[in-house]
Amino acid sequence: MDLSLIVLVVIVAALAFDFTNGFHDTANAMATSIATGALRPKVAVTISAVLNLIGAFLSVEVAKTISGGIVDDAKITPVVVFAGLVGAILWNLLTWLFGLPSSSSHALFGGLIGATWVASGADAVRFGKVVEKVLVPAVASPLVAGLIAVVGTYLVYRITAKVRQDVVSTSFKRAQVLSASMVSLAHGTNDAQKTMGVITLTLISSGALAAGSGPPLWVVLSAGIAIALGTYMGGWRIIHTMGRKITDVQTPQGFAAEAGAAATILASSHLGFALSTTHVCSGGVIGSGVGRRLAEVRWSVAGRMAVAWLLTLPAAAAVGAVAAEVATLGTLGTVVVGLVLVAAALGIWLWSRRNPVTPESMAEAEPESESEQPVPIAA
Amino acid sequence: MHIEWAALGSVFVTALAAVVVVTGLFALGVRAVAARDDARESGGTGTAGAVTAGVCFTACAVVVAFGIYLIVAA
Repeated sequence: MDLSLIVLVVIVAALAFDFTNGFHDTANAMATSIATGALRPKVAVTISAVLNLIGAFLSVEVAKTISGGIVDDAKITPVVVFAGLVGAILWNLLTWLFGLPSSSSHALFGGLIGATWVASGADAVRFGKVVEKVLVPAVASPLVAGLIAVVGTYLVYRITAKVRQDVVSTSFKRAQVLSASMVSLAHGTNDAQKTMGVITLTLISSGALAAGSGPPLWVVLSAGIAIALGTYMGGWRIIHTMGRKITDVQTPQGFAAEAGAAATILASSHLGFALSTTHVCSGGVIGSGVGRRLAEVRWSVAGRMAVAWLLTLPAAAAVGAVAAEVATLGTLGTVVVGLVLVAAALGIWLWSRRNPVTPESMAEAEPESESEQPVPIAA
Repeated sequence: MHIEWAALGSVFVTALAAVVVVTGLFALGVRAVAARDDARESGGTGTAGAVTAGVCFTACAVVVAFGIYLIVAA
């Protein structure tokens, strides 16, 4: 197999994006389990990482198209893909810095849209598809998962309100381990696929693979490992937001939120309506706060998340567009974009060190959840 | 622009049904475990509670297994 330099660069960038995707999304599956003490932080990220890796091998359905028809795949060159990935990676790192759970898929779509627009003109972007595949699901995902989590949480508290709470507490802790694992597995089957799709299409466009081929084993393996490594690193800033800041989560709520999220992701990927994992899980957490009587949902945090969701696509598109502008100038331009990306990533990481959020930060508020008793709902 | 209301609706209904069944069954199972423990503490055997709990948790496991089957088959 003959790989040109730009193809190698795209592969490295795609794996880097996969890594940020992993640590951005650890929160989706594990934030509430860590917050309720059902799993210790290191155990939680390890389970999630392993299940993401397994999930990557289970299905390659999503990998068959990078863009889902949002941009004209025929007009995408490796340089455009690279520029799009730069936009996606930078937006993922920035939202991580501010602890905002935003959608990695939207970042990827945004980056690709911006880069394609600059390189091939607005005609190559199918705006109808953007509304259908990105905007509608972005509004629908949290609403659907949120409503379901409200019902699930209400049901759980209603049924267990009048029984001994020591049994309730331990049972739901165990249940949460399972429900969180389901979310991780579902996540692996979805998100690792996007990177595989990016790499496979780049290989096809450069002639290294025959058109219409599936991802080779080394692509599946490296994408799975990249997302698992990212997951294991754990985006603690985002986990902290999801597990602590939105609402105070108790074990029955965490179980209901995760069950709702897992069911929604599975139903949507099975019935062909693409929902964002991040939006589904955040919606589930908010819903579980609404469903428990007397639980307080911090709507200001939820509002800030919603703003980040709205900004994700245009912001990643803007970065992708600038990156494409420079990268299409030639080899030197591509190298410059690559160096700027590395420098920016390093800068963001250094900035994050000034105010680190670690697994230990999650435990700070622990005493409260240790002594917690579910609030009974009046029958 | 084309919004697939039917697909969105079926996602909502399917997921809602799955969650109501799983969380409902699990909560009933937890209630049965609690009943068993209460019965044992007051000198009873708690068999009824244990059996009910077993049935509820098994039914839950079946639904979850179907979920995993859906991921793998997809």
